[in-house]
Amino acid sequence: MQNVLEQIGIQNYIFLSTILFCIGIFGVLYRRNAIIVFMSIEIMLNAVNLLFVAFSTYHQDAQGQVFVFFSMAVAAAEVAVGLAILVSVFRNLGSIDIAKLKKLKG
Amino acid sequence: MSTVLIIFFVLSAITLASAFLTIYSKNPIHSAIYLVICFFSIAGHYLLLNAQFLAIVHIIVYSGAIMILFLFTIMLMNLNKEDEVHKPRVTRLGAIVLFTLMCAILISIFINSKPISDIYDNSGEDYQSIKVLGKVLLNEYMVPFEFASVLLLVAMIGTVLLSKKEENKTK
Amino acid sequence: MDTSLALVLLLAPFVGFLINVFFGKSLGKSVSGFIGTLSVFVSFAVTLYFFLNISQTAQPIRISLFDWISISKFKVDFGFLLDQLSILWLLFVTGIGSLIHLYSISYMHDDDNMHKFFAYLNLFVFFMISLVLGSNLLVMFIGWEGVGLCSYLLIGFWYKNQEYNDAAKKAFIMNRIGDLGLLVGIFILGSLYSTVDFTSLKTVISAGNNVDPYWLSAAALALFIGACGKSAQIPLYTWLPDAMAGPTPVSALIHAATMVTAGIFMITRLNFLFDLTPEIQNIIAIIGAVTALVAATIGLVQNDIKKVLAYSTVSQLGLMFLALGTGAYEIAVFHVITHAFFKACLFLGSGSVIHALHGEQDMRKMGGLRKAMPVTFWTMMISSLAISGIFPFAGFWSKDEILLSAFEYNPVLWVVGSVASIMTAFYMFRLMFLTFSKEFRGTEEQKHHLHESPALITFPLIVLALLAAVGGLISLPTNSWLNGYLAPLFPAVEHEEHHLGTTEYTLMAIALAGGLIGIAIAFIKYIKQSQLPQQDSEITGLTKVLYNKYYVDEIYDALFVKPINVLSRFFRDYIETALSAVVFGFAKVTNEVGYYGKKMQNGSIGFYLFAFVFGVCAIISYLFLAHQ
Repeated sequence: MQNVLEQIGIQNYIFLSTILFCIGIFGVLYRRNAIIVFMSIEIMLNAVNLLFVAFSTYHQDAQGQVFVFFSMAVAAAEVAVGLAILVSVFRNLGSIDIAKLKKLKG
Repeated sequence: MSTVLIIFFVLSAITLASAFLTIYSKNPIHSAIYLVICFFSIAGHYLLLNAQFLAIVHIIVYSGAIMILFLFTIMLMNLNKEDEVHKPRVTRLGAIVLFTLMCAILISIFINSKPISDIYDNSGEDYQSIKVLGKVLLNEYMVPFEFASVLLLVAMIGTVLLSKKEENKTK
Repeated sequence: MDTSLALVLLLAPFVGFLINVFFGKSLGKSVSGFIGTLSVFVSFAVTLYFFLNISQTAQPIRISLFDWISISKFKVDFGFLLDQLSILWLLFVTGIGSLIHLYSISYMHDDDNMHKFFAYLNLFVFFMISLVLGSNLLVMFIGWEGVGLCSYLLIGFWYKNQEYNDAAKKAFIMNRIGDLGLLVGIFILGSLYSTVDFTSLKTVISAGNNVDPYWLSAAALALFIGACGKSAQIPLYTWLPDAMAGPTPVSALIHAATMVTAGIFMITRLNFLFDLTPEIQNIIAIIGAVTALVAATIGLVQNDIKKVLAYSTVSQLGLMFLALGTGAYEIAVFHVITHAFFKACLFLGSGSVIHALHGEQDMRKMGGLRKAMPVTFWTMMISSLAISGIFPFAGFWSKDEILLSAFEYNPVLWVVGSVASIMTAFYMFRLMFLTFSKEFRGTEEQKHHLHESPALITFPLIVLALLAAVGGLISLPTNSWLNGYLAPLFPAVEHEEHHLGTTEYTLMAIALAGGLIGIAIAFIKYIKQSQLPQQDSEITGLTKVLYNKYYVDEIYDALFVKPINVLSRFFRDYIETALSAVVFGFAKVTNEVGYYGKKMQNGSIGFYLFAFVFGVCAIISYLFLAHQ
């Protein structure tokens, strides 16, 4: 079976992943709603996952996919805990505007 | 232009567009829906790359679990309205600047890196089917595998603890 | 055996010092005094043993404790040299030291810090012994500095009085100026000959290598400046009268018998060096003579009993330097010994008087003490006769030899020395008559309490007076035991025994007559005419100049002290502020950095995220792009 990357070219995947990652960063910096920030972080993680899988195909090695596996597990755990924290914050503060979380002022 | 390339471009367009719209839309629920579409497109990418197991797992975990969590949380906090105050103009400008800067840096790194070999291995050997993946996962990566399960357990406990409502003590 | 005895000799006073420092307060006054005296007496006993030993064998004993400095060719060991000169010196240092310790037990009995006093005295004796016993210039220098330190501690013993502290500081600083000269001399000798050991220096210098004589003269001059500082010659003499602020036993021990003779000791030790530099010897003789005269003139009109004795000490030291300058080292040593006897006796006697009058030191308020204090009177009388050079007391023989030697060297110096001697006789008997004769001029209350001092005070007085009376016997002109004893140290047959011919007899007669004239003038003025010195406000003219010590202190103040004060004020106001600004500037910079850094922690998550991304950009661009 032909390597699908021969037809697509690995640099396309690299660019796609990069731009997706930067969109994630943009979302983190741009929005004030904590939920949207979280979602942007998920986008970033997914960009990385995509790149891993692409390189796994490039090297014909399963290790990339194994790492994606673990990355997904960690992302799931992180989302769970993060949202629980967010809910607590919402209960205490009444809003999830990150500009309102200023109590750790130096 | 082979079929694969076309499919790739279509999928990439959907991915980038939905990701951008996630960030851009005012309604959080709309953002969540766009994100689900993004995840589906990425699963499509995985399928394109012949990583079937990962594609399915991706859909189950991300679209099926994580986004459900997001949606539930949004509904719990009643964020249906579109009443978010924007950040100050300077900050938004700074965000755009940083975004472009980051993009530029990363892309320039990749362009300047060593020329990518144009010869793609194609041994025909099966390296990523679920059978092989299972073997690799449980042979070489067994310890991280177990730890991942512990991690998930801990996360679950933590979540339950964190989101428990405090009992009123003055009753 | 010899080493351990020598160590006992050296360390006994040091042990006394330690005991008095740590346990003195709890031991009580009498015990601490006794321990202090005992330690010095032990040293004296050991010295006596060594003295008898060396009188028989005439062999110096060299003891080397350990190698101290060893840099290629330059080797210095920490050693002691017990030869004729050092043992003789130690005899009178420890002997008179023990007597003065004994005296102090009674004299300082009312003072609360008596144990501290004895501690300091013991420390002083320890340093003096190490000065005298040192086998090289560096060990001697340790002792040199140490006695300067103890002098400071003891002069300022009653530290609550600021004037006494100033006097102590003045003594120490002037000593230090002299010490700079001494150090320069040591450095020159060390660099010229790669050794500072006395025996080695003697061999090497007497062998007369082709060393530039200019450097030898420079070394000799520098060493002499050191001696000037320690032995109070012009121009570094003004500290000695001010040092009378210390308790009288201190004045007796340090500023009469021991520390001030250190300069003479050093020059005698290095006689081989000075013999090679006749122009420096000339300078020494001239300065000695001039100092003798100037100090005598100042002493003519002083009214404080201790100040008179202080200027007398300076004057007598001048005479000793005159002897050294003429090359008559044995005679200088002889005069040191006799001077130690009668000057210590005079100081202790004056201490007895001051003690009886409860601290009164102005002679105008004394008088008629002869009946109340007979022992003090007779001992002081004997010592005064000795210092005035009256036959047959000790001073006659030693002073006469000095004047003889001066006459052979340069008659002008003889005239100066003789005039100084006449003045000495005058002011000493002025002191005697004002203090002991006629009627008591003090208060009624003092008069009721007049009595002779206790035995611990009078016993040393008697011993010293006896020594002042018969001390001359150790060096009679024709048959000098002292010259014979010290002969191994000095080059053979430089000074022949004086043949007693007509010149010598005439000079002796003139000296004797001069002394008697001085006494007669004093007698006429203060007994027959019953004159009294004027009150301070009434003094005018030449007397005023002499009374104010030729305003030398004021001149020094204007020439040296004030410019240095201006300089230090300049440094304090400008340089120190600048340096402080630099040092504090560091702190300020840190503070500012912290202050602005603190602003970065404003708690805003958005800002933190910005920082994250920016940091990552920076790191990535550095890692991947900056090495293109």
